[in-house]
Amino acid sequence: MDYKEHKHVVVIYPHPDDESFGAAGTITRFREAGVPVTYLCGTLGEMGRNMGSPLFANRETLSEVRKKELMDVAKVLDIEVIMLGYRDKTLEFEDRDGIAEHLRSYLANIQPSLVITHYPGYAVHPDHNALGAAAVEAVRRMEPGNRPILWAQAISNNRIEALGKPDIVIDTEPIFDKKVQAIQAHRSQAEAMIKRMEEASDHSGEDEFRKRMRYERFYIWNFDN
Amino acid sequence: MKPIQMKDVQKTFESFVNKDVYIHLETTNGAYARHFNQKSYNVGAYIRNAKVTFSRARIAGEDGFYRVGLKMDLGWIYAEGLTHWEVDGQGRLLMAGHDDAGRLMVALEISEKPFK
Repeated sequence: MDYKEHKHVVVIYPHPDDESFGAAGTITRFREAGVPVTYLCGTLGEMGRNMGSPLFANRETLSEVRKKELMDVAKVLDIEVIMLGYRDKTLEFEDRDGIAEHLRSYLANIQPSLVITHYPGYAVHPDHNALGAAAVEAVRRMEPGNRPILWAQAISNNRIEALGKPDIVIDTEPIFDKKVQAIQAHRSQAEAMIKRMEEASDHSGEDEFRKRMRYERFYIWNFDN
Repeated sequence: MKPIQMKDVQKTFESFVNKDVYIHLETTNGAYARHFNQKSYNVGAYIRNAKVTFSRARIAGEDGFYRVGLKMDLGWIYAEGLTHWEVDGQGRLLMAGHDDAGRLMVALEISEKPFK
């Protein structure tokens, strides 16, 4: 794939760290090719449960801690970050049209050639599904001639049987160190999430983290249906 | 936050008794519990800025895990599994229970002003 073909990439996910676990390799490839990347981050992940190990955050400080981590990762990945200001865990209860219009206003301004978001219904976390659905709707509302390509990321365990093979598979192996650096910038979240993956009930043995994180997979959204 | 010392927490309760206070009460096992373990369930609940008054507040427990009961006119507020506490810079009493990886499992917080 020729990353240079794109002029601007907008990534839309709800939590600080979604961009690193889900797309740090992809983002790195675009930045290497000189393509600007803007991250529209839905919430501050302020209802997250990982408080650092040893503990260094609490429920009331977590939003500031994660905001700082998000700013750190912006430097690591060399991207622009825009915080949308929603509250963690509440996106599915907000007015979807309202969020779609909010997103569309940014897209109209940035004029990206590619939007990356979660695949609604196949993204495990309710915030992922809700913001993904709003992002799809935002792009749908743009003029067809001016509409960016949309890559949707599915992460549910049933994704292959439900959706088939992904259209885009990016192997992050050559730049895996960079991806790990981005993940670790989210200090409060990284260690516990990595541990979680290593202990998953369907884990296959050694280095489950690397296995789960190596490939970044996306489906190209079809707006004709 | 630091490990709970029952006596210190109990003493701190007294300043909140018989006043209008705001409560944050929460329990969660995370949004990925079932994703990572098919035999597990995603369960969680929280209420933020419930305005209440309690006439009695007690902490109980042992071996690093504690329970708290706040007695109101018409009912109770209850939390189990609390391990850590602090009084933060705004005078709020923050209590939480964490697992060995630092993951929050339960939280009970009391403040004289609404939480942000």
